[in-house]
Amino acid sequence: MKILTRMGDSSNVELTLDELRKDLEEGSEAAAKKAKIPILTENEFDYLVDMFAAPTRIWGVQRGNEVVMTKDGCVNALNSSRMSSGVVAPVNREVGVRLFESMLGFDSMEVAHNDYSVKPQRFLKALEQLHMELLQETTIFPLFYGFMPNLGLYYRPDGSFENPSDLLPLGKITEARRTQEEALEACQKDCILMSDCMLEMGADGIDYDTVASTGDAEFLAVLRTTEHVAGETGLPVEIGMSSEMVLGFHGQLEYDGVRLAGLWPHQQLELCEKAGAAIFGPVVNTNTRKTTPWNLARALTFVKACTEIAKIPIHPNVGMGVGGVPMFETPAVDAVTRCSAAMIEIGKADGL
Amino acid sequence: MGTGDPAGMHMAHLLASSMGGIRAAGDLVARMQLKKMRITEAKRYVADKLHVTPLDLSDPTLMRGLREELDIGTITGVPGVAKGIAAKVRIAELLDIEINSVEQFKKKTGLHN
Repeated sequence: MKILTRMGDSSNVELTLDELRKDLEEGSEAAAKKAKIPILTENEFDYLVDMFAAPTRIWGVQRGNEVVMTKDGCVNALNSSRMSSGVVAPVNREVGVRLFESMLGFDSMEVAHNDYSVKPQRFLKALEQLHMELLQETTIFPLFYGFMPNLGLYYRPDGSFENPSDLLPLGKITEARRTQEEALEACQKDCILMSDCMLEMGADGIDYDTVASTGDAEFLAVLRTTEHVAGETGLPVEIGMSSEMVLGFHGQLEYDGVRLAGLWPHQQLELCEKAGAAIFGPVVNTNTRKTTPWNLARALTFVKACTEIAKIPIHPNVGMGVGGVPMFETPAVDAVTRCSAAMIEIGKADGL
Repeated sequence: MGTGDPAGMHMAHLLASSMGGIRAAGDLVARMQLKKMRITEAKRYVADKLHVTPLDLSDPTLMRGLREELDIGTITGVPGVAKGIAAKVRIAELLDIEINSVEQFKKKTGLHN
């Protein structure tokens, strides 16, 4: 019996039952070994084997196990370019958000600018506020305001701070660390500015997305921002990460006495909870050279380690190239629906 | 969730595992998650307030009628049923929570206690 599934780049691949189970076990073991967490149980592997072996095009959760969706990237998938898997639909942001509520039946949504990084968004602060304010009057579901902290934009040539990527190859470790410390202060200031200004616009929460994409300095800026926003304004904060491990571009930064470099999802969660986050979004990147079963089992192992200890809802990212989902701009529903359902049935996610 | 074209990503997740937003009661459960409630607790809280079971909260057949009866907004266009901020005023009362946009609306209109 051959089972038709996909590789991490979304191309088709056929596996025998033995190959399927082996890939699932090896994927789970890869995560367990890295993060020193338990592998999936035999029953969980059995569920995944049955799921992938089923010849049906789509898969789903058991009725009653449905969860709520939060969304990053606003309506970029509707009206942006292929950079955001956008289909360039001729709709503006206000129409797009209402379509997500009414046509797609989304549980919540995010208002954000197409660029999606906080640094350019701060120049459009008044416009961003207005769109949140107007949409709050016409929609029913919860609306977050969202952006990527994207610390990389603060370094030359895009920003004014020296680029650590230029300094590190020269052996200028101290200078590389100092520029990150300075840049993270500027990033944090912008994140707070764009979060605080949404309180009086009626925002239901703030979504920080693709967090720590430039490593530990960016993660620190977000944790400090979250502490401020959750503590001072009371706005709920969702923190969605960018990868399974926090890269140590700085290497020495700490939050609450914990070194940020090298943290795995369940460790990131604990710091996000301490900072006051309301929802945590772990991210596990897809390896395009491995199969979807391998990638999904690996992602589930990381996510399960979070949901087993979480005090707040866990919304793992299951977009293109993360959470077991293949890396391709038009994701195949056979793969996406399986990753979606397994994140809930096995990963015990509270939302996606 | 994340990036991917709407048909492949958003519709796929909706069919596989979503509560369905205002088609059912996904928006209400999402509001309780903002209060840091995990999914089981959030569903139980909303179900108790609506006097239904947690299973009912994802049922668009049951919830379509119940939402109209409670006047908390419906997914299909029904003249006279609460929409937008009006629906959220009623949701805040129903769930016994504060909704930021409702509080801001009350301040602006002088309706705040």
